Amino acid sequence: MSKLLSPNAGPASLPRRILQQGRYETITMLRNGEQLILAVVLPLLALAGLTVTPLLDGLGGPRVDVATPGILALCAMSTAFTGQGIATGFDRRYGVLRFLSTTPLGRGGLIAGKILAVLVVLFLQVLVVGAVAGLLGWQPRPEAWLPGLGILVLGAASFTALGLLVAGTVRPEATLAITNLLWILLGALGGIVVPAERLPAVAQGIVHFLPSGALGQALRDAFLLGIVPFPAVLVLLLWTLLAGAAAIRWFKWN
Amino acid sequence: MRSTDSPVLTIDGLIKDVGPLASLDGKMLRVVSGLSMTAGRGQITALLGANGAGKTTTLECAQGLQKRTGGTISLLGADPDTAGADLRSRVGVMLQDGGLPPSARPIPLLRHVAGMYRDPMDVDALVERLGIAQFSRTSVRRLSGGQKQRVALAAALIGNPEVLFLDEPSAGLDPHSRQVVFDLIAELRDAGMGIILTTHLMDDAERLADYVYIIDGGHNVAEGTVADLLRHDHSTDTAITDRTLFFDAPPGLEFKDVLGAGLQVLESRAGSYSITGALGPDDLAALTAWWAARNIMPASLRLEARSLEDVFLDISGRDLR
Repeated sequence: MSKLLSPNAGPASLPRRILQQGRYETITMLRNGEQLILAVVLPLLALAGLTVTPLLDGLGGPRVDVATPGILALCAMSTAFTGQGIATGFDRRYGVLRFLSTTPLGRGGLIAGKILAVLVVLFLQVLVVGAVAGLLGWQPRPEAWLPGLGILVLGAASFTALGLLVAGTVRPEATLAITNLLWILLGALGGIVVPAERLPAVAQGIVHFLPSGALGQALRDAFLLGIVPFPAVLVLLLWTLLAGAAAIRWFKWN
Repeated sequence: MRSTDSPVLTIDGLIKDVGPLASLDGKMLRVVSGLSMTAGRGQITALLGANGAGKTTTLECAQGLQKRTGGTISLLGADPDTAGADLRSRVGVMLQDGGLPPSARPIPLLRHVAGMYRDPMDVDALVERLGIAQFSRTSVRRLSGGQKQRVALAAALIGNPEVLFLDEPSAGLDPHSRQVVFDLIAELRDAGMGIILTTHLMDDAERLADYVYIIDGGHNVAEGTVADLLRHDHSTDTAITDRTLFFDAPPGLEFKDVLGAGLQVLESRAGSYSITGALGPDDLAALTAWWAARNIMPASLRLEARSLEDVFLDISGRDLR
């Protein structure tokens, strides 16, 4: 059955390996029920909640226009931080990371595949949330989509780096607890769906420096005002670089 | 260290420290200390040793999963620490803990891994050969240890590697799966694959290995073919012809006088005897004649040569388990 030293032996091409891993991870994420609740159900509930309550009134636009960019930011945090963090933590526990890194995929390809899966799931979330928000009356500026999606990808990058940092340094049960808890805390108080000016005074000074606050504000500015706020983008960039460097330095594969 | 015509793996003076460990007051622990070995193409090379001897760490250094502290490793002529996808595509790895995602089903998982190679083995044929088809609809989480082990072996083989690493390949296997797995491993060896496996089971090494390195305390303490190891006393460096005869008979028999000199007689439990030493045909004839004269028929009778377990005991002064 073995055809040793086949003249064609060798690895599949790098793009093919990364696509293969990205596809596999995407399907795994989409088939995970808990993950779907966090990725789609809870953000849609939050969107509905924010459009029927007066919480976001007087912030420069209709409720749904103020709420939707924050919900998209929340989606990025669900998928990149909590979802991928937990998945990676358990993959690490079960030796999946070690096994896959012995295949032609390697460590770099594995990380690339995970990032690809985050982006694909995030794209699907944008479609679903965008469609529901559209039904609720969301009217984003057409010219806001390009910078908006760029900011969303940068936010996903910073949250992926943070998720991998947690997953690679503590036990998977702790990863589960930390990423879920932070999702709730940052979701409620991190300036992601509720803008800083509607948060308690103590939180206001901090949230601009958090990835959640920076991403929420950057997306609201892009979609509501049509501007790209460079301080918020800089904060996201710094988080991505710092968390990425820390993950590379401290990630334990076994 | 043995020389082979075409080594697939050469390890020279491997050292690996882990830590710092809180249990050692923050000191490093040396788990591999100067281990050297080679493994040839078309051969099964076994690392035999107790748990904690450093076998898995050695394999993981050779696979590039752990960075070594010292020594050199050449895997298919390359350094595993700096190797890329080309080298990884030529090396199959079965980890001790399997490394399979619990939520995956075997066949989609194998197809996924196959997608990492340009010219993988036929998934269906491999699934059929290893008897995976019968549980292919069960997720990895719900498979028995032996079933998981077969899927992990298939995942290691799917890329059609030149070198195959198997960490404790028979762990969790029932006798039937073990036969299936061992037959396949032997067939792959005959097809020219270079196979390196670890085991703490003598039986695995005796049945499979062309060449055995006995590992103790982080380095190799003896090596050879199984036959060589059994024939040679490593503590006195002399050839060994010892055998042991075990039998059960009425308790309290005194028959030492009928046997040749230098044999050890032991009644370990009442009626349970063993005679150890350079037993010859004359000894057996004398003993059976002595039984016949007294109308004694042993309830059981067994003659054993030395096992690898005895070899390990000679060398390390400890049992293998």
